[in-house]
Amino acid sequence: MLDLVPLFVLIPLGAAFACLLVKKRAPAVAPWLSLVSVVALLGLAIAGVVQGTSGAAIAGGWSLETHLGTSFLPGIVLVFDGLSAMFLLLVAVVSTAVLLFGLRYMDTYDGRPLYYALLSLLIAGMNGAVLAGDLFNLYVFIEIASIASYALVAFGTGGREIEAAFKYLMLGAVASSSILLGIAVLYASTGLLNMADLGAAIAAGQVSEATLLAVATLFLAGLGLKAAMMPFHAWLPDAHPSAPAPISAMLSGLLIKTLGIYALVRVLYVVIGMDGVLGGSLQTLLLVLGCLSMVGGVLLALGQTDLKRLLAYSSISQMGFVLVALGTNTWLGVAAGIYHALNHALFKSALFLSAGSLERLTGTRDITEMGGIARVAPATTLGTVGASLSIAGVPPFNGFWSKLLILIALFSAGLPVVGAIAAATAVLTLVTFVKVQHKALFGALPERLKDIKDVPASMSLPVVALALLCLLGGLLWPLGLQDIVGDAAASVRTDAKTNLAPEQYRTMVHSEGRQP
Amino acid sequence: MSDQQGMSLIVRVVTRWLFGLILVFGLAVALFGHLTPGGGFAGGTIVACAFVLAILAFGGARGPGATFARWASSLDATGALAFLALAILGYTAGAFLHQWAGKGEAFTLGSTPSIVLLNLAILLKVGAGLFAGFIAVALFEQTAESGKGADA
Repeated sequence: MLDLVPLFVLIPLGAAFACLLVKKRAPAVAPWLSLVSVVALLGLAIAGVVQGTSGAAIAGGWSLETHLGTSFLPGIVLVFDGLSAMFLLLVAVVSTAVLLFGLRYMDTYDGRPLYYALLSLLIAGMNGAVLAGDLFNLYVFIEIASIASYALVAFGTGGREIEAAFKYLMLGAVASSSILLGIAVLYASTGLLNMADLGAAIAAGQVSEATLLAVATLFLAGLGLKAAMMPFHAWLPDAHPSAPAPISAMLSGLLIKTLGIYALVRVLYVVIGMDGVLGGSLQTLLLVLGCLSMVGGVLLALGQTDLKRLLAYSSISQMGFVLVALGTNTWLGVAAGIYHALNHALFKSALFLSAGSLERLTGTRDITEMGGIARVAPATTLGTVGASLSIAGVPPFNGFWSKLLILIALFSAGLPVVGAIAAATAVLTLVTFVKVQHKALFGALPERLKDIKDVPASMSLPVVALALLCLLGGLLWPLGLQDIVGDAAASVRTDAKTNLAPEQYRTMVHSEGRQP
Repeated sequence: MSDQQGMSLIVRVVTRWLFGLILVFGLAVALFGHLTPGGGFAGGTIVACAFVLAILAFGGARGPGATFARWASSLDATGALAFLALAILGYTAGAFLHQWAGKGEAFTLGSTPSIVLLNLAILLKVGAGLFAGFIAVALFEQTAESGKGADA
């Protein structure tokens, strides 16, 4: 399995360039190329999660080098453990649903082979970021995924899309520069890029506290912007609604998690160290920014009538839940945060896809102009209601369990105030989505919408399937899913007073790079 | 500078002399990438510069340039796929991106054919990509200018 890990990046990358190659002569092949590639990724990811192996794949088969008495790994290292397996599976599942949905939805757009090429590139970038074992490759893959997403936001080429993409590009470039600067400072002070080696060097006190503070600030700002954390969120409410619906689903469902949350977890827990000299202040920062995102996001979402904008603001709020969970620095908190990130990917991508269907059906994104869609579009409604119940935290859907776990983690970590804020936000989220249901799906059907027909099955099925996964994710939680998520969390935060995960991570990576 | 006319006679004659030399230089930088500073990226940039110079000197970003750019777009994708294929070929020797023909020796050109091939794939990708990018920007600027002219 470990030998095959580079395929997670190679397959979508190959599909992207193959799509470009056929764009003139056989444009109809492009969708099938991408579809075959994501199905292959899905198979690989399922095999990875089932096998439960972990370890590092070292490109070119390099081995450990020794310098000044310490051993370190040169070259490109891809690390595959419980956490990355989980995110790879998530990327594969959501991408499959998004691609199926797009087969018919994208009919109205020009240059479809380019859409498939960019989408495959986006998947390659996200998979690479999840697997990267050194900071520079993490940065490169973040850039690959980001640049593909800038182009995809502008895919409609209308004035509003271009404006949103430009804003996103500018802020994204600031974030990337901040990340790169952080990496540069770390490299300047240690001469290392490998995350395992860097983690050990920082834990051994090789980096001064002031330098570490600068690095942590740069990473928190850069990755926080990618994760749409509250003071850095300005790009998201424009970029996500402007993109075509399948791309909104990819951006809100996956991109902010793989580039933002996942990278933040890896860097904060494995490299910088939440138990180190900065641990306390990092925790406080995550909790404060998380609360800000939770409350700010949901209050802004409540006031929206544009469905996709409302969903975008609610994404910020849900990311806040994940951030406060990560701020607890406990195994339970990290597990709850990761579980909520996974759940959010499923229900938010379902909601964005169904928003695309509703827009196609009614010709508007304004929920006050919709109403009674349930009567004419039963399949779309079923998917939307399932996903809405899930995000609102209604049992037995997965959103209920992850929010409950976050509350338990917050209260058991002695943070009742944050817990209370999270509980209030959960109630406000429920209110937001009751409003959506009431205005868009139920109630009186306007005269002009009397004769519409539901979207084709290739558009409604992915939404229903994602909603079904939300239900399954909730039902399976007590029956084994909790162990898988728990293991994934244990690869960055173990269930001990001091975190043993970074040391285990380093041992795992080094055991692959044997001495010659 | 009008698009079809290009630059003065002096520039055109010098370009005619230099074009082949720049190509050879770019190729050499890529071929010796495993021995000296340089490699596929630097070589590709130099090769792209030769074509950019030709377009600037002789004009024609719209006519022949646009045709070249279509070719370049295909070559760009081919270069990337070739790199991926070579990387996968490494599996036959044990690991992804494994250098199956040795990791190279100093001052010996033929000591590692696999790295030379990888460098050539990058040359194709970077050279074609940069040239296509240049043509795209040139065409965009011309379209924008002619659009402005039409408004006035």
